[in-house]
Parts: sequence; structure tokens; C-alpha cells
Amino acid sequence: MSEEFKVEIVNPEQSFLSKEDAIEVVVPAFEGEMGILKDHIPIISFLKPGIIKVFRKTDEENYYVEDGILEFKDNNLSILTSTIFKVSDLDKNKIENLISESEKASQQENLDDQSKFLIDQKIEVLKTLN
Amino acid sequence: MASLDDLKKRISSVKSTQKITKAMKMVAAAKLRRAQENAEKGRPYSEKMNNIILNLSSSISDIENAPKLLKGTGQDKTHLCVVMTSDRGLCGGFNSNIIKKAKLFFQKILNENKTLKIITVGSKGYDQLKRQYKDNIVERLSFKDSKNINYFDANKVGMMVIEKFEKDEFDICTIFYNQFKNVITQIPQQQQIIPLKSETKKDEIEDESYEFEPDEDEILSNLLPKNISTQIFKAMLENSASEQGSRMSAMDNATRNAGEMVDKLTIEYNRSRQAAITKELIEIISGAESL
Repeated sequence: MSEEFKVEIVNPEQSFLSKEDAIEVVVPAFEGEMGILKDHIPIISFLKPGIIKVFRKTDEENYYVEDGILEFKDNNLSILTSTIFKVSDLDKNKIENLISESEKASQQENLDDQSKFLIDQKIEVLKTLN
Repeated sequence: MASLDDLKKRISSVKSTQKITKAMKMVAAAKLRRAQENAEKGRPYSEKMNNIILNLSSSISDIENAPKLLKGTGQDKTHLCVVMTSDRGLCGGFNSNIIKKAKLFFQKILNENKTLKIITVGSKGYDQLKRQYKDNIVERLSFKDSKNINYFDANKVGMMVIEKFEKDEFDICTIFYNQFKNVITQIPQQQQIIPLKSETKKDEIEDESYEFEPDEDEILSNLLPKNISTQIFKAMLENSASEQGSRMSAMDNATRNAGEMVDKLTIEYNRSRQAAITKELIEIISGAESL
């Protein structure tokens, strides 16, 4: 029996990635990391800033996302996100830019707790990449 | 009758106009392909987003406490209309069609003694509406500087709408844009985005029992603002494809008309040239005869 399922990542501009043969996908869900295997029950969840790992038989790919929503149904995993980068495409400069941007954002006043938490999370993830 | 010289000038000026319209048609055709591709690429996102929201809202248990973006404020006193047009002209009836549709709606609202607020996106819309509805326009936006339609711009519009909604500045929000059907047909659309009106009937949704993490309400309240931006983004993409399509067919017509005009003018030019020659000949002959 095959253990593979379909994963699709779309951002508003285009379909970012579509793979038919994912074995496991690890996503940074809002309440903690979550691994999704074949025949997972239907789920809808949120993503926080973090790394999406797509495991396939032959390789493994990492993507950095800032937000998103995921839906899993009938062995179809769809991830909608507005900001996504392939980790291997990110170089030091880019990461540093992202960090300084987020740090600027965190300096802003009248931030509510949730957005502050999200920004902190973002910085943390980016620093581990660096 | 116009002199030969005048006709000659006229012909050359029509010819150069024809050159311009022809070039514009080519450019529009090239841009149209790109815009159409973009619109098609953007479709999965908004469709999936819509699906998820439909699923969510059908499974929400407590409709009373549903987020305001979904069920509305319970009133319909103040309407906010987002009118999306292009920044450039020479695209046939593209802008006028949207404006016509919007004006009809505005009239209806004003007749019912409700308050009307307008946001214009794109400078052509503002130009056409400012005479009649100057006091109703609360914001005007234009993304002239961005080369491509991008989500960032759409998000700006979305944020603005949501911010106004949270300040209780309006009850119902409607967007106006052109939907791209094909190169010659663009359909002006009117779509209500707040409160969300689902076009699918309830019983068409499959009853899928999802697991939610965190719970439905929280997801929904996070997702709905995103959906606003997504819908606006979709409208912008459709609009840009429509604009290019409309411009292409308008310029095609213009080129053809210019060609017809050149033909007609050339005939007239030749006739009057002939007439002048004949007249001169008659003059010479009758002059010779009288000797």
C-alpha cells in the first residue's frame, strides 16, 4: 500500500508547489508542530511562522512560512499562505532583512499580544535559520 | 470642399493615429496574456479559501456569536462601495461599464435614504465619480506605481476596509469590478463581501466533519479578514485581465475604423485632384478656342 498523499501549497499569486508523493508533512500549526501522514482525519488549522517540512521518498524540502491555513481532506493537503520561501533559496542577506523588518515591526506601539507573539516567533525562527 | 492640401494632411494624420492604435493593440495583446495567466494562477487560492470558509461557516454551532464579518452588524444603514477601475484610459467601455453599474446601485441606496460611502481604486473611477458623488468618496487609491497586480496592494485595500468596519463606519460592503469572460466580453460584477454572502446553497456543501485546531470561532475570526483581501485581490486580477482585453478590442476597432477613414479620404482626394485637372484642361481648351 502506498503511503503517499498529495500536498499543494498555494499563495495568492500562484500555485507554489504541488507534489503527488509526499510521505509526511510537518507543519508549524498554531498550537504546536504537527506531522501529517496519509489518512489523517480531515482537519483545518492555522499556521504560525515556522518551517514546513515536506518529506518524500527520495528527498526532503523545507519551506519558511509566515502565516497560513491548512486543510486536509481525502488525502489532499492544501496549504494557503501569503508569504512563503524555500529555505534553500534564502541566503544570509535575505534572512537578515526579514529579521530587521520584523524587529522594526515589533517596536511598534499598540500591538496586541497575539501579533506580538507572532512577530517574536518569526524572529526566533529566522534566527535559527541564520 | 476641402483643398487638396487639407485632405493630404488629414490622411497622414489618420494614418499616424492608426499606427498608434495598432501598436497599443499589440501591447494590450501581450499584456493580456500575462494578465490572464496571472488571473488563472490566482484562482486556486481564492477558491480554496472560499471552500474552507463555507465548510467552516456551515459547521459553526453558535450563529449568534459568529464573527461580525460573517453575519453583519444586523443593520444596513451605511453602505461602503469599493469601485475598482483602471488607471489608464483608451480601453473602450471598460471603466464606464463599472461606473454605470455602480451608479445604479448608488442611486438605489440614496433613494432608500441610506448613507453611502465610496472608495475608489484606480484613478479613472475617481475621475468619473467625483463630479456627482464627491462628498461620498471617503478614500481614493491608485496603484499606478506597481507594475504588476500584487497581493500586497490588495491587502492594503482589505486592511482599510476592515479597519473601517471595526470602527463601525459602515454595515455592508460591496465591491465593483469587471469579470473577465473573454476578450470581447467583460461582465461588470457587484459582489457583497461584508457580511459574507455565500453563493452556494447550504445543501450543496458536503457534510464533512473536520477537526479544528484551534476551535471554529477562532479560525473563522482569523480567516475572514484574510478572505476580504483575497476577494479584493481576485477582483483586481480579473479587472486587469478585463482591462487589457477591453483595450485590445477597442484598439482593434479603432485601427479598423482608421483604415476605413483613410480609404474614404483617399478616394475623396483622388476625385478632387481629378476635378482640378479637368477644370484646368477646360480652361486651357476654351482659352485656345477663343483665339
